Amino acid sequence: MGKRSKVIEKDEVVVRFSGDSGDGMQLTGNLFSYTSAIFGNDISTFPDYPSEIRAPQGTISGVSGFQVHFGHNDVYTPGDYCDVLVAMNPAALKANAKWMKPGGVIIIDEDCFDKKHLEKAGYQTDDPIKEEKLGDYNVIKAPISTLTKESLKDMGLDTKSILRSKNMYALGLVYWMFDRPLDHTQEYIKKKFAKSELIVQANLKVLDDGYNYGSILQVVTPSFHISPADVKKGTYRNLSGNTAVAWGFLAAAEKSGLELFLGSYPITPATEILQELSRRKDLGVKVFQAEDEIAGICTAIGASFGGDLAITTTSGPGLALKGEAIGLAVMAELPLVVVNVQRGGPSTGLPTKTEQSDLMQALFGRNGESPCVVMAAGSPVNCFDYAFYAAKVAIEHMTPVILLTDGFIANGTQPWRIPDLNDWPEIKVPRVTKDMKDWHPYMRDLDKLSRYWAAPGIPGFEHPLGGLEKDYDSGDVSHNPENHQKMVNVRQEKVDRVANYIPELEILGDADSDVLVVGWGGTYGHLFTALDELRQEGHKLALAHFNYISPLPKNTYDILKSYKKIVVCELNMGQFANYLRMKFQDLRYLQFNKVQGLPFTVLELKEYFKSLMEE
Amino acid sequence: MSENTISHLDFKNDQSVKWCPGCGDHAILNSVQKAMAELGCKKEEVAVVSGIGCSSRFPYYMSTYGFHTIHGRGPAIASGLKVANPKLKVWQITGDGDALAIGGNHFIHTIRRNIDLNIILFNNRIYGLTKGQYSPTSQRGFVSKSSPFGTVEYPFRPGELVLGARGYFFARCIDKDLKHQVEVMKAAAKHEGASVIEVLQNCVIFNDQIHSEITDKEHKADRTIYLEHGQPMIFGKNRDKGLILEGLNLKVVTIGENGITEDDILVHDAHCEDMTLQMKLTDMEYPNFPVALGVIRDAEALVYDQCVQLQIEGIQEQSDIKSFDDLVRSGDTWEVE
Repeated sequence: MGKRSKVIEKDEVVVRFSGDSGDGMQLTGNLFSYTSAIFGNDISTFPDYPSEIRAPQGTISGVSGFQVHFGHNDVYTPGDYCDVLVAMNPAALKANAKWMKPGGVIIIDEDCFDKKHLEKAGYQTDDPIKEEKLGDYNVIKAPISTLTKESLKDMGLDTKSILRSKNMYALGLVYWMFDRPLDHTQEYIKKKFAKSELIVQANLKVLDDGYNYGSILQVVTPSFHISPADVKKGTYRNLSGNTAVAWGFLAAAEKSGLELFLGSYPITPATEILQELSRRKDLGVKVFQAEDEIAGICTAIGASFGGDLAITTTSGPGLALKGEAIGLAVMAELPLVVVNVQRGGPSTGLPTKTEQSDLMQALFGRNGESPCVVMAAGSPVNCFDYAFYAAKVAIEHMTPVILLTDGFIANGTQPWRIPDLNDWPEIKVPRVTKDMKDWHPYMRDLDKLSRYWAAPGIPGFEHPLGGLEKDYDSGDVSHNPENHQKMVNVRQEKVDRVANYIPELEILGDADSDVLVVGWGGTYGHLFTALDELRQEGHKLALAHFNYISPLPKNTYDILKSYKKIVVCELNMGQFANYLRMKFQDLRYLQFNKVQGLPFTVLELKEYFKSLMEE
Repeated sequence: MSENTISHLDFKNDQSVKWCPGCGDHAILNSVQKAMAELGCKKEEVAVVSGIGCSSRFPYYMSTYGFHTIHGRGPAIASGLKVANPKLKVWQITGDGDALAIGGNHFIHTIRRNIDLNIILFNNRIYGLTKGQYSPTSQRGFVSKSSPFGTVEYPFRPGELVLGARGYFFARCIDKDLKHQVEVMKAAAKHEGASVIEVLQNCVIFNDQIHSEITDKEHKADRTIYLEHGQPMIFGKNRDKGLILEGLNLKVVTIGENGITEDDILVHDAHCEDMTLQMKLTDMEYPNFPVALGVIRDAEALVYDQCVQLQIEGIQEQSDIKSFDDLVRSGDTWEVE
């Protein structure tokens, strides 16, 4: 291959593959991500697909996208704006034009930019580039459909099958732009289409021809050079937030020696956890696909009563349905993890879009004084960590734990350094023991205030549990007023004491800055990137990011009170800000909120923080 | 009594039973305890799970493991428990409101899955704990506090619902008929899979005598029929009435009249997988028919909790993934040196 004419050196690049939901963009994006990760870049990806399974072809609602951000340095988000957009049709261009970085590269399949498709996408003229004011961009009009047909004309395939492989042509071209090896994708094609040698050959040829097309075009096409990142030694794999949650529970089951039970009902965007654990019969996981959300959690409560590590998974509307049953787990003081992969609400809302608007529901969405532990994961791969710790807290403190993730981190992926479970903490199961004197069902551990777990089957510990209030000293049903007060207090105190067992809050950035940015859960990547970039630009800024919400880390107040300005950033109307107002009433809180079904952009965060620092 | 034999007293605890005096629940509690003793159950291997309602206080009066849960969700919680620990003998206590109104969905799906639970449905055709509103089994036109002018809705027939949900075991008995009840409970316990026992139970306060038309001593023999597998369907004070099939329908006949002999009378087949005739028997209502008591259906089918276990064992045998570490190192990984 000859020398490349225009090579752009970059620390990081965002590429978005976009097309009709049948164009295979998710696969294309995934293959590109893997290749980049194996090449040694740090990556973060995010798929963006319509909630309809097959929305009308060629329309904006049918656009399916996959974005990958990769770099020489650490990468914390899938990126706000793209350097390179692959648009397989006009609708894909229309949907993504506003997310282009100025001067970026746009590759379009010229063949699909005919009158019919332009109209479907809502363009008024036959020049969408002009309409979108993309004149300064590097637009590469490649007749991808025609080239794919040309490439495969002698293979004896029908047109439909030929066109189905045009995504590989586009992928080949992008590989050329980034000077990436084809071998991982070639191996994948051989495995994936192993049933048909013809399809394997066709896809390999198209991939290759797409790559070579890049070198032919090189006069007009820039290519990028991004050196590998300096990442920690180890074995890596790509992991999505949902898979990470499932695996976190598998790790917790192995560490605790308990069998894992999942009771769940399919719901976007949490379903992949149910599906992944359903595959894990090899590890003995019992998965119960229930008749509804309520049965999902109730089977889990039954399994927890029975001595299993019990989990239920859902998204916002499902959490609403599970409320009463969570109250039962609070009352019965049984370990249970409820995963809520948050999505846009209220009601059915935006099922495939992200939001953080279930925080109040998680904290308070139940009848009575019904405290439970609430935690939130911050990134796709740390969903693993927090699923593990959610299980550990639930078991060791005999309490339901609500673990909040969101559609953004659930579907996003990052490279994950495969852990050695020996390095992870033990999970001690608070089982009853024969030597317990005067045991009764509500006898408590004096440090944690948790009761002991007596699963049916153990002789001598037969007892009834139930949703009625129980006597503090005997565990019998009690309607005594003072006793109820005492039990309400102890259930709250039990949850509060979890703070003694979790890490303290850490400040990221400049501890001595005036402004403290506060965030929680899945916004970590954007908040941290904004902080990092501003600091590199010479600004002083601090970030406190929360993963433990109920209880809060013990040092929360001490940290908050030492800043002049506290700004709470979240993808809702201010739920965490209001929670902090309730907890620490003497402090003032500014808010930065967004409820568009989208994550923050680093850009908007930086602009806002700058304005705060300048005030 | 030798030390090893367990008595029904062993299943009682020290809690005072707080059902109204004269309530049918007392008798059901006794027969369950008796059945458990006769089956030689160990206390620790029994778990009794209930929902909400008068009947659902049941677990508090048993010396076994128990769980008084939330309204209508008993079957789901019992299902999770049984799947978590298939060795347990799980009984599920419910009422007509708990099982057929708020918990209808869980009730039918638990039966459809055929999880090995023994479900006792206390049917008193009324909401007792909330003091007297009509229930899903109250007869059309029933006057109650929430239907002062009579209901305008049809009731469920619990057995029909059980069979409609592909149930493989359904039995019916009367609360005060202790001896028969114990036998029915034992049959339900021995049946592998979901078994439902409908107990015609009297609420002495809010719906007294609701079943007496058929359960009163003076009428019972003529207005009910005790079904037994392999036995002819004969009933009546004088044991001279029976059931035959006429076309697609059941018909009550008198032996000795119109040339009918005992040989013409249907013989009960509870084990028959085809539920057509069992459904007819389940639906029989007074005054046109005697109400069927006893085990109406007891057929074999695959059992959910057993199949879950078998599937896991089968897959574990074949899979190379034996641990968390095997899993996370399988598939697409790469090394960073």
